[in-house]
Amino acid sequence: MDSGFIIEKSVLIVVVFAVTMIMAMYSTWAERKVAAFLQDRVGPNRAGWGGLLQPLADGMKLFAKEEFEPNTPNKFLFFVGPAIAMSTALMTSAVIPWGDKLEIFGRTVYLQATDIDVSLLYIFGVVSVGVYGIMIGGWASNNKFSLMGAVRAASQMVSYEVAMGLSMIALLMMTGTLSLKEISEQQAGMNWNVFYQPVGFLIFLICAFAETNRTPFDLAECESELIGGYHTEYSSMKMGFYLFAEYANMFISSTILAVLYFGGYNYPGMQWMVENVGVNTANVLGIGVLFVKICFFIFFYMWVRWTIPRFRYDQLMNLGWKILIPLSIINIIITGICILAFK
Amino acid sequence: MSTAIQNISLSGKKKQVSNKEMTFLERLYLVAIIKGLMITIKHFFRKKATIHYPEQVRTFSPVYRGRHMLKRDEQGRENCTACGLCALSCPAEAITMKAAERKRGEEHLYREEKYAEIYEINMLRCIFCGLCEEACPKDAIYLTISKELVPAQYDREDFIFGKDKLVMPLEMAIKNTQLKNAN
Repeated sequence: MDSGFIIEKSVLIVVVFAVTMIMAMYSTWAERKVAAFLQDRVGPNRAGWGGLLQPLADGMKLFAKEEFEPNTPNKFLFFVGPAIAMSTALMTSAVIPWGDKLEIFGRTVYLQATDIDVSLLYIFGVVSVGVYGIMIGGWASNNKFSLMGAVRAASQMVSYEVAMGLSMIALLMMTGTLSLKEISEQQAGMNWNVFYQPVGFLIFLICAFAETNRTPFDLAECESELIGGYHTEYSSMKMGFYLFAEYANMFISSTILAVLYFGGYNYPGMQWMVENVGVNTANVLGIGVLFVKICFFIFFYMWVRWTIPRFRYDQLMNLGWKILIPLSIINIIITGICILAFK
Repeated sequence: MSTAIQNISLSGKKKQVSNKEMTFLERLYLVAIIKGLMITIKHFFRKKATIHYPEQVRTFSPVYRGRHMLKRDEQGRENCTACGLCALSCPAEAITMKAAERKRGEEHLYREEKYAEIYEINMLRCIFCGLCEEACPKDAIYLTISKELVPAQYDREDFIFGKDKLVMPLEMAIKNTQLKNAN
């Protein structure tokens, strides 16, 4: 392993980390703006032009707030909860191919921190650990509301992970690989998976909403019933970490949706661009295209949040176990039949 | 044949509620979600209702009631005799006053023998109904068409307006008299 490799990977990791943070930061701003616009308001517009400095102001406010600790026997767990939530939210970005490759100083730099061949399993694993952040936080808060929120979050995430995994299996049967890089490459041109797996995409989308605890599945922190759910007792930057982790998760799941079903960094005419304009230009454009797709999904998350009311708990469980899981199994069977018939 | 009373709808807005079984598409819920998304995205592009307050100000109606003023007569003397009828009529209990007797040599300041030494309106209580104006027998208090009702303050005490803020400025009284004489 040469030093150039280490440098390029380190730079890439730092950049990805920074971009994730910035996207999460500006998702909070975008959330408030989108909410306002959907409700015929204008949203934050005092801090900076169009309220663009609002995330900084929010962050500073959270840092300046009193650090409150409830009277709990689990001080350590109380501290660990937000840390787990945050670190798992940031870990998933390691295996995502942000673009194809760049040629810098005669080196070919692949725009992916690491291309492990079980990328998808890795993501699922890390996302599942994310539920511990919520569960531990809710448990250690020593508060019934927090515990209720944590229990709901845990059961919801466990149930929806099943349907999500099953919808993934149909996709994997098609692609034949777990590596996100290869899945991206297979979708070159307009060969997007969403055209072959519309039902799988729909199931995955719904489950992604549930996994990120977004409306209509935000039962874990429903204000009207549980005050704040698992982060009722949190204050200051620990609270900020939870909120931040939620937005980072949203960014990552939007990325995964874009990569798995919407062609990742591919755009029509990419091959032509590579041949005629140059590898770097074509692939930088590819990164831009990926981010456009990601931003659309982030917007979609917010759009749905301000459209649909929250599910009731039994409706949530009904949807997960009685509808989505059978549907995804049927999807697997149909995919299998199609593969047998057409290949 | 007249229709049954429960079927009459004078406004034309009456809707019959039905509990019929939902169709498959309705039960799928997705169609309803897409419809809802279309409605919300329409609002996204709609003109916003917000008025950016310090920069933009809502336009007042031409007959609105603005901030109070204690009037002076043509010779610049205060009309108010501290009879207390305004305070009595005030439904919000916003007005308090303390009467005093006019001393010799103060005839150019106060029109009658009794005047209000202290006259205070609590602007946090005032509802700008204008009943004080109606109650006043001396035409002393009236609600102006001032552009600013009550400016923002940091302390509650600052919202209690005394005579320094309420009495008509002397220059204004002089100007009014001049205008009257000119006509």
